[in-house]
Amino acid sequence: MIDKRQSILGFFATGLPLLATIIIFLMIGLIVAEFAVIGIPNLSWKFITEFPREMNTQGGIFPAIYGTFLLVIIMTVVAVPIGTITAIYLTEYARQNSLFARTIRFAVNTLAGVPSIVFGLFGVGFFIQTIGASIDESRWESKLETMQHALVEPGAPFSKSATAPVGDIRKFLTRDDEIFWQEAIRDLEPMEASASSAVTIGAVVTHLRKKPELKWGKPAIIWAALTLALLTLPVIIVSVEEALRTVPRDVREASLALGATKLETIRKVVVPNSITGILTGSILAVSRGAGEVAPILFTGVLVSMQELPTALSDQFMHLGYHLYILATQSTDVEAAKPLQYATTVVLLVLTFGLNITAIVLRSRIRKRQFS
Amino acid sequence: MSDVNAPPEPAQQPIDVQPAHDAKRSLTRKQRRIGERLAELTIFAVATISIIAIFLIFLFVFREASPIFFGSDDTAIVERDTATVETPSTVPATDSSGSGDDSTANLTSTASDSRSGEMEVYNAESGDEPIVGGEIAGLDTAQSPPAADAGSETGAPADATDYPILTHDSQVRVSHLWYEIWQPNSEHPRYGIIPIVMGTLKTTLIALLIATPLGIFAAIYTAFFAPHWVREYLKPVIELLAAFPSVVVGFFCLMTVASIVQSVFGNEVRLNALVGGIGLAIAVVPIIYTLTDDALRAVPRSLREAALALGASEWQAAYQVLLPAATPGIVAAVLLGLGRAFGETMIALMATGNGQVISWDFFVSVRTFAATIGAEMGEVVTGSPHYQVLFFLGVLLFLFSFIVNFVAEFYVKQRLVKKFRGTE
Repeated sequence: MIDKRQSILGFFATGLPLLATIIIFLMIGLIVAEFAVIGIPNLSWKFITEFPREMNTQGGIFPAIYGTFLLVIIMTVVAVPIGTITAIYLTEYARQNSLFARTIRFAVNTLAGVPSIVFGLFGVGFFIQTIGASIDESRWESKLETMQHALVEPGAPFSKSATAPVGDIRKFLTRDDEIFWQEAIRDLEPMEASASSAVTIGAVVTHLRKKPELKWGKPAIIWAALTLALLTLPVIIVSVEEALRTVPRDVREASLALGATKLETIRKVVVPNSITGILTGSILAVSRGAGEVAPILFTGVLVSMQELPTALSDQFMHLGYHLYILATQSTDVEAAKPLQYATTVVLLVLTFGLNITAIVLRSRIRKRQFS
Repeated sequence: MSDVNAPPEPAQQPIDVQPAHDAKRSLTRKQRRIGERLAELTIFAVATISIIAIFLIFLFVFREASPIFFGSDDTAIVERDTATVETPSTVPATDSSGSGDDSTANLTSTASDSRSGEMEVYNAESGDEPIVGGEIAGLDTAQSPPAADAGSETGAPADATDYPILTHDSQVRVSHLWYEIWQPNSEHPRYGIIPIVMGTLKTTLIALLIATPLGIFAAIYTAFFAPHWVREYLKPVIELLAAFPSVVVGFFCLMTVASIVQSVFGNEVRLNALVGGIGLAIAVVPIIYTLTDDALRAVPRSLREAALALGASEWQAAYQVLLPAATPGIVAAVLLGLGRAFGETMIALMATGNGQVISWDFFVSVRTFAATIGAEMGEVVTGSPHYQVLFFLGVLLFLFSFIVNFVAEFYVKQRLVKKFRGTE
C-alpha cells in the first residue's frame, strides 16, 4: 500500500519538475519562433539601411540601429572603465568589513535591483534639468556678454544713444552673424511687439536672459547614455568584484612576497587572471543596458528623425523605443505589423549577440577552471 | 686548486656591474613610484566619483519628492469637494488592433458621449462643471463592458471622498495621495494612488503565482533529476529568456498572449491584469530559476548522500531534505523576482491596458507604478506638483526594492549561515 502511494507521489514528484521545464521551454520556443517566422521574412537590406517614411509605416530603421549602437558605445565607454576601477578599489584597496566598504557594497547591491525607470527619473531631473540647464545658462550668459559688447561698438545701435528700436537691434545682429545670434534674434520678436519705440540695452539683456538657448538642457543622446551608464554601473561593479574575488588570496600574497607593489600585483596578477570574468560581467551588463527602454524614454529618444545624430546634444532613434511606439501608437496597425516584427528581430539579434558572446566566454572560463 | 692565480675577471665583474646596477635600480624605483602613485590616485578618484554618483541617485530622487513630505501647506484649496465619487472605470482597449491605450487620451475622446444621469453631481459651490467625476462616471456606462466589470465596480469602495480641490500649482501632500482617482491632467488634478497600488498588486501577484512554481520546479528538475548533458543545454536556454529585452516581452504579450487569453477566457478587455501578469512572469521566471538552481546546488552533497544512505529514493531526498535545506536561497530568489516584477516598466506599459479600476477582477485594465511614471514623465513640467508626485512614486519603488534587497540579503545570509553551520 505504502509503496503504491509512494510511487504515485514519486510520479508527481518527478513529473512536475519535468512538466515545468517543458512549459518554460515551450514558452521560449514560442517566442523565438513567432519572431523568427513573422519577422525574418520582413527583413531586407533595404530595411536595415533606409530611413523611415510615412510616419514609420514604411521604409527602414537605419537611424534606429545607428542610434542604438551609438548609445551602447557611449554607455560602455563610460560605464565599463569606471565600474571596473571602482570594483578594483573596493576589492583591493578599501578595508574589507569596514563600515565604509559595507555601506558602499550595500548601496551598490540595492542599486543593481532598483527599477530602471527610477534611473530615468534621475536622468531627467538631474542630468537634463540641473546639469544641462546650468550648462545652457552659463553658455547663454557669455553669449549675452558678447552681445552687450558688440551692441555698444561704433556702428552698433547703442553706440550713440542709450535706447534703440528693437528692429534695429535685430537687423544689426542679423548682419553681424545670423547663425551665432539666431536664438537671440528669434527671442527678440515678442519684445518688438510690445515695445513702443525703443528699448535700453539693459532691457534687452534682461529679456533675453530668461530664455537661454536650449542645447544641453533638453533630452540628448549624452544624457541618455549617462543614464544607462549609471544603470549598468552597479551591475558591472558587482560582477567585476565577483570575478576579482575568484583570484585566491595566496596568489596575491605570493606576488607581494616576491617584491611586487600592490599596483603591480593588480596589473599583472589579479586582473589577467580574472579578465574573462570581468569581460563576461561587463558584456552582460552592457547587453542589459542595450535592451532597456524605460530610462531613455524621456532622456533622449525620438520617434522619428530624418538625419542621424551628429553631436552629443542631439536626440536619436532607438530600436527598443521604436518597437514600443510602433506597437502602442501606430495609426495603421496592419502596415506597421511587419515593421514591428522586423524591428524586433534586429533588436534581438543585437541583444542575443552580446549575450551569446558572454556565454561563450563564460564556458571558456569553466573549461579552463576544470582543466 | 690548480689555479692559484684565479683570473681577475670574475672577481672584478661583480664590482663592475654593481654601481650600474644600483643606479639603474634606483632610477626605475623612483619613476615607478611616481607612476604608481599617479595610477593609484586615478583609481581613488574614479572610485570616488562613482561612489558619489551612486549616492547622488538616492539623494536626488528623495530630494525631488521631498516637497510632498515636507512641503508647506499653502495649497490653493478652494473648497472641499464632498461629492460621492464613483470608482472610475477604465476604457477597455476596444480597437481590434490591440494596441495599448492611454487612458487620458481615451477620456478626451469619449467624454462627449456620456454624461449619464446616474453620475453624482458635484458640489456646485465653485461653479465648476464636474469635469473629473463626470468624465469618468460617464465612461462607466458608455463603454458597457461585460457585466462582470460593472458588478465589480460596485463592490469597490465608493466612499465620500473629501478630496481637496487642487489646482496645478498647489502643493501636494502625502495626505492627498491615498485616494481613488488618479487624474493629474484634469483641471483640478487628483493624485489618488489607490488604483495604481491595486494594479501593481494584481499584476505582481499574478506574475509570482505563475513564475514561482514554474521557476522552482524547473530548477528542481535541472538540479536534481536531469541527466548531466540535459542540464548543460537547458540552463543556458532558460537563461536566454532573461536576455529578452522587456520591450520585446511586452510586445509579445500585446500581440500573442492577449489573443490567447482572449480565446481561452473570452474576456472583452483585451489588455488586462492577467496578460500583464503573464508578461511579468515571463520576465521573472529566469530570475527565480537561476537563483533557485544556484541555491539547490549549493546544498552540501553530504545531505543528499546521507538521505540516500538512509533509504530515501532520489525524489524523497530532493523534496524532504534538500529542498528544505535550500529554503533561504529559494526565498531570496522569489523576493528578487518580486522586486523585478514590481518595478518592470515596459511590459506594464504595453500589456496592461493602463486603466484605473479598483477591483480584484483579473480581466480589467490596470496600471502599475512604473508604468505611471513611464507614461507621464514626458509631459510634466519640472518642479510642478505632478512632477513631485511622479518622483514620489519613484521613491516608493526605491523603498520597495530597498526593503526586498535588505530582507533577501540579511534573512538569507543569517539563515544560510545558521543552517550550514548547524549541519557541519
